[in-house]
Amino acid sequence: MEALLIAVAKVVVIFAGMVTIAGLMSLAERKVSAWMQYRHGPNRVGPFGILQPLADGLKFIFKEELVPEGANRLMFRLAPALAAMPAMLTMAVIPVGGTVVIAGREIPLSMTDIDIGVLFLLSMSGLSVYGVILGGWASNSKYSLLGGLRASAQMISYELTLILTILAVVLLSGSLDLRAIVAAQQHVGQWNIWYQPLAFVLFTITMFAETNRHPFDFAECEPELVGGFHTEYSSMRFALYFLGEYCAMTVLSCLAATLFLGGPSVPFWPAAPWYVGVLSLLAKAGFFLYLFLWVRWTLPRLRFDQLMRLGWKVFLPLALLNLLATGAVVAFTHGAQ
Amino acid sequence: MTTTTKVFEYTPGANLPPGDDPLHGELMTLNMGPQHPATHGVLRIVVTLDGERIVAIDPVVGYLHRGKEKSCETLGWHKFFPHTDRLDYVQPLMNNIGYALAIEKLAGIEVPPRAQVVRVLLMELSRVMAHLIYVASQSIDLGAVALFFYAFRQRELAYDIVDAYTGHRMNNTYVRIGGVYADVDEQVSAMAARFVEEFPLALDEFEKLLTRNRIWCDRNRDIGVIPRELAIAMSLTGPALRGSGVEWDLRRAMPYSGYESYDFDVPVGSVGDCYDRYLVRMQEMRESIKIVRQALERLQTVKGDVLAEDRRFVLPPKDKVHGSMEELIFQFKVVTDLRLPRGEAYHGIESSKGELGFFIASDGTAKPLRCHVRAPGLMNIQALPRMAEGRLFSDMVSLIGSMDFVMGEVDR
Repeated sequence: MEALLIAVAKVVVIFAGMVTIAGLMSLAERKVSAWMQYRHGPNRVGPFGILQPLADGLKFIFKEELVPEGANRLMFRLAPALAAMPAMLTMAVIPVGGTVVIAGREIPLSMTDIDIGVLFLLSMSGLSVYGVILGGWASNSKYSLLGGLRASAQMISYELTLILTILAVVLLSGSLDLRAIVAAQQHVGQWNIWYQPLAFVLFTITMFAETNRHPFDFAECEPELVGGFHTEYSSMRFALYFLGEYCAMTVLSCLAATLFLGGPSVPFWPAAPWYVGVLSLLAKAGFFLYLFLWVRWTLPRLRFDQLMRLGWKVFLPLALLNLLATGAVVAFTHGAQ
Repeated sequence: MTTTTKVFEYTPGANLPPGDDPLHGELMTLNMGPQHPATHGVLRIVVTLDGERIVAIDPVVGYLHRGKEKSCETLGWHKFFPHTDRLDYVQPLMNNIGYALAIEKLAGIEVPPRAQVVRVLLMELSRVMAHLIYVASQSIDLGAVALFFYAFRQRELAYDIVDAYTGHRMNNTYVRIGGVYADVDEQVSAMAARFVEEFPLALDEFEKLLTRNRIWCDRNRDIGVIPRELAIAMSLTGPALRGSGVEWDLRRAMPYSGYESYDFDVPVGSVGDCYDRYLVRMQEMRESIKIVRQALERLQTVKGDVLAEDRRFVLPPKDKVHGSMEELIFQFKVVTDLRLPRGEAYHGIESSKGELGFFIASDGTAKPLRCHVRAPGLMNIQALPRMAEGRLFSDMVSLIGSMDFVMGEVDR
C-alpha cells in the first residue's frame, strides 16, 4: 500500500513538473524570441507574462474543434494524443535526483527504476513519429500529407544516429540503466561529454531533428506547407501537438544532461542534498532548452533533402565510427578481466 | 545596336516521368495560394508534384486586380498620383516619380535642379526600403525569423525619414508634376544623414548572419538559375537580370533625374541563382546609400524651388493659392482639367524590382487616352515556371522570394 502511494505521488509530481516546464517553455519561446527581435513578448497576463501559458490553455479549450471533411475521424482524433504520450512516458525512466529518505524509507527520485531504461526510452521515441504521420495522413489535406511524409522519413533517419550515440554511452558505462549511467559520472571529470565529445555533438544535433524543431522542422515548415501535419488541427488537439513538442524537448534535454553531463550530480559537490541535485539537472536541461530556442530564432531552415543527406551521409557514418572506436577502446581496456 | 532573336524550346511538363515507372506513381496537384504564407500577397500557383519534386507550375495572377490603369482614364492625369502609390506599395515614392517623369516627358516640363536632387534622394531611400522587404521576407520564408525583425527595424528608420518629410509612412503621394510638393528641411536631411551613417553597419550585421551562413547558401545557391540569354528573353529587369550577369541599369543606360552625375556602381552576379540575386540586392543597398549621401551633400549647395514654374501643368505653391485669385484658378484647372499635349510618351525608371515604366497617351483633352504600367514584377513571375521545373517543393519558397514581386504592381 505504501509502495503504491509512493509510486502515485512520484508519477503525479514528475508528470506535473514536466507539463509545467513544457508550459513555461511556450512562454520562454515567446519571451526569448521577443528579446532576440527587439520586442517585449507577452507581459500582460501576470507578472512577466508568467500566466500566459495558462491563458493560452484556457483559450484553446474554448476554441471550436474542427474535423475536416473526408478526414479519418478516429485517426484524426487519436493522432495528437499519440504525439504527446511517448514524450511524456519517456520521462518515467529519467532519474531526476538521487535518493530521498522520508520516514526511514529510501525513495529513488525517478518514476520507475527499471534496469533497461535506455531500451524503454528508445522504443518510446520510436513511437513518437506515429502521431505526426497519422495526423498528417488522417487530415485529408495535401499539405498535411506532405508534412507527415517528411516527418516519417526524417525521424526514421535520425532515430538511428540518436540510438548509436546513446549506445556509445551505454558501452562506456556498461549498463542500460540510466541510474547506473548517472552513477558512473559523479565527478565532473567522469562526465561522458569528455570521453564522447563526438557523440555529444551528434546527439545534440539529432535532438533537433528528433523533436521536429527548427532548423529541421520540415513537418511543419510554415512558409511552404502552411502548418504541415497540423494544418487542419484546431482547439486542444492543436495544443496537444505543441505540448508534445515541448515535452519532447524537455525530456530530450534531460536525457542529454543525464547521458553526457552527469544528470543530477552536482559539480564539485558530491555530497549535495537531493534538492540541489534536482536543481542541477534542471539547470543542465535548461541549457539545452535554451539552445533549442536560440537556434530556432537564429538559423534559416534546411531543405528536406539536405537534411536527409546530412543524416545518412554524415551523421550516421560518424556515429558508426564513434561506436566502433568506443567499442574497441572498451574491449581493449576491459577485455582482460 | 543589333538584336538577335533566339527561340527557347519550352514544353511544360517535359520532366514528366513515364507512366509505367513504379517509383513514380500518381502526380499530385497542389494549389498554392492565393492565400498562402509564402506567396507574398495573392499570387496563386498551381503546382504539379511528383512526390516532393515539382513537375510543372502554373502561376495565376490577377487576384489583386483593381483596374488601376483604367482608373487613370476616368480620373485624369493629376488625380492618378495616389493610385501609383498603391502599385508597388513598398516603394510608393518611386512609383510617383516614375509617373511624374512620364508626364513631364510628354508635356516637356523642366524639373528644377533641387527637385531632381530631392527625387534622387527619395528614390534611393525607397530602393533601400524595398530591398529591405526582400531581405526580410526571404529570410522569414527560409526560416531565419530574427532577421525579418532586424530588417524591418531598419526599414522603420527609413520610414521615419519619409514620415517626417511627407507626413505619411506609406502612400505618400508627395511627388507632383514638375517637382515635389515641398522642400526637404533641416530635420529631414539630418535624419537621413544619420541613417546613411548607421544603416551600413546594420547591413554588415545582416551579411554576418546570412551571406556565409551554410544553411542560407544551401538554400539559395544553384537554385532558380536563370542563364543570361534566358533572362534577356524573358525580359527580366532589375536585380533579377543583373543577378544573371547582365549589366543593365536604367540609371546608367538611360539616365534620368540627373543620375548620370552621381557616382555609384552597378553590381552584377555571375551564375544567376537565388544567391546571386541576394548578393546583388545587398550590394545595391550599399550603392543606394552612397547615392543618398551624395544627394544630401548636393542639397547643401543646390538651392532653389522644388516645383517648376509652369502654370499649365504644375500646381502653384499653396501659400499663393490662398492669397491670389489667379493662382486659385490655376490650382483648380490643374487638379480637375489638366490637359497634356496630344501625343504619347514612355518613361522607364530603375525601380527596386526592375524597369518600372509608364506609357501615357493623350489626345489633348482632360481625359487620358491610355495609361499603361510596365510592371517588372509581372516579368519576374513569367520566369518562375522555368526556374521551378524539376526542383523540390521547398525551393518554391526561395524562388518566389528571390524574384521579389509585389502583387499590387503585377495585377495593378
